[in-house]
Amino acid sequence: FPGLADVSISQDIPVEGEITVPVGSHSPDEDYSTLDEPVKDTIMRDLKAVGKKFVHVMYPKKSSALLRDWDLWGPLVLCVSLALMLQGGSADSKDDGGPQFAEVFVIIWFGAVVITLNSKLLGGTISFFQSLCVLGYCVMPLTVAMLVCRLVLLAGTGTVSFIVRLVVVGAMFAWSTLASTAFLADSQPPNRKALVVYPIFLFYFVISWMILTFTPQ
Amino acid sequence: FSEFDDAANLLAANPDATTISIDEPVEIPKSQHSHLQEPGREEDDELLGTDDSDKTELLAGQKKSAPFWTFEYYQTFFDVDTYQVLDRIKGSVFPVPGKNFVRLYIRSNPDLYGPFWICATLVFTIAVSGNLSNFFIHLGKPTYHYVPEFRKVSIAATTIYAYAWLVPLALWGFLMWRNSKVMNIVSYSFLEIVCVYGYSLFIYIPTAVLWIIPQQVVRWVLVVFSLCLSGSVLVMTFWPAVRDDNRRIAVATVATILLLHALLAVGCLAYFFDAPELDIPAPIIPTQNGTTVITKSH
Repeated sequence: FPGLADVSISQDIPVEGEITVPVGSHSPDEDYSTLDEPVKDTIMRDLKAVGKKFVHVMYPKKSSALLRDWDLWGPLVLCVSLALMLQGGSADSKDDGGPQFAEVFVIIWFGAVVITLNSKLLGGTISFFQSLCVLGYCVMPLTVAMLVCRLVLLAGTGTVSFIVRLVVVGAMFAWSTLASTAFLADSQPPNRKALVVYPIFLFYFVISWMILTFTPQ
Repeated sequence: FSEFDDAANLLAANPDATTISIDEPVEIPKSQHSHLQEPGREEDDELLGTDDSDKTELLAGQKKSAPFWTFEYYQTFFDVDTYQVLDRIKGSVFPVPGKNFVRLYIRSNPDLYGPFWICATLVFTIAVSGNLSNFFIHLGKPTYHYVPEFRKVSIAATTIYAYAWLVPLALWGFLMWRNSKVMNIVSYSFLEIVCVYGYSLFIYIPTAVLWIIPQQVVRWVLVVFSLCLSGSVLVMTFWPAVRDDNRRIAVATVATILLLHALLAVGCLAYFFDAPELDIPAPIIPTQNGTTVITKSH
């Protein structure tokens, strides 16, 4: 090798480091440190994760944070609060009123499961719980719309209040659908995107309809 | 005649080989072999309207090979692209006379996406439209208080899904039974029948939306129109399957299919959509003079 004859290793490059594996210098608790931390830290970490996902829904960008660390706390809280707010609707008889608590729950969770199964059967690459997580978190704009509707209904139930409610619910429905589509559409094969987006549209449309038709006692 | 012996041996070893004998002017006919490979292709083409029916039959045989407890088995029922679903919907709304929906569009690739989501859309469309129509009809009356009528969604769901799955099951069972007695050229698998029924329900979705219009005449015209369209799809699909049978049974089968379809449409109209009122007198209001005044709603 003629070229290597000119190469010389400088004598003053320090070589240092430890070769021996230190035994006992690291306490074994450092690797499982979450066990010893205060409960407040554990709860705050989970709350921060949930809050970060809420922010992701509010400003939907194509980020994978929502998908990577999925959790179902947010969807549960949203679903329960939405179902609770949909109670207290008027009914002349029990049969003609708004949806019961259990019905809202079933529609949201069963609907999300069916949409997830649908997207997986069509060849999607997203995992089951990731999809549930996204669909559940994207109910958040509609929960906000429900809150606004209840406040508007406190002020009055005339035509003006209906138009305000219609506009708010319509905008939030569009937001929910666009947010969840932004997260979910990428995991589908390109020639089947519309087949996956349509059930999501139907799902949020049904929830919006339940919110819009809520009439207080 | 040793050449004949050689040729006969070769032909026995490979019956499909074409042999050309240079010495003899007569060549061994090979059209019989090729005809065996493609039985009745010409008449199938007219029924199918396509050239690659053989290819799809071969491919269909290779497709559903996964055992039924794996996820891949059910994925074979969702092996459709967007344009295929749209084509099938288009075929159910604009039936081409003489062309069979199953053979033309489904072609051994029945999917469950269309039937399931069309039924889901229909359930919610009927419930929402019925609610809206009742709201508009009773709007302005002092005694009317709007209710969302959410219970009707579950009733609509039960009815429509039962129709879309139990009627095909019964029809398939009936056709299988008749097939064992009379040899039919055309026979459908259970999923193909479910597919036809599911896609034929699509026309009811815009019909349900238009039923909001509170005019009885308009509603009944819509019923007849949509019944004609979807009924013709069903008739053109199932007539070839029963026409070889006893005449009366064939006609009775097709008539029953149409009757059930009509019953679904009329039943939904009657149950979910209140009749628009024409001059039904409002409650009698006693005036100060003691005479009663009957007010009429418009």
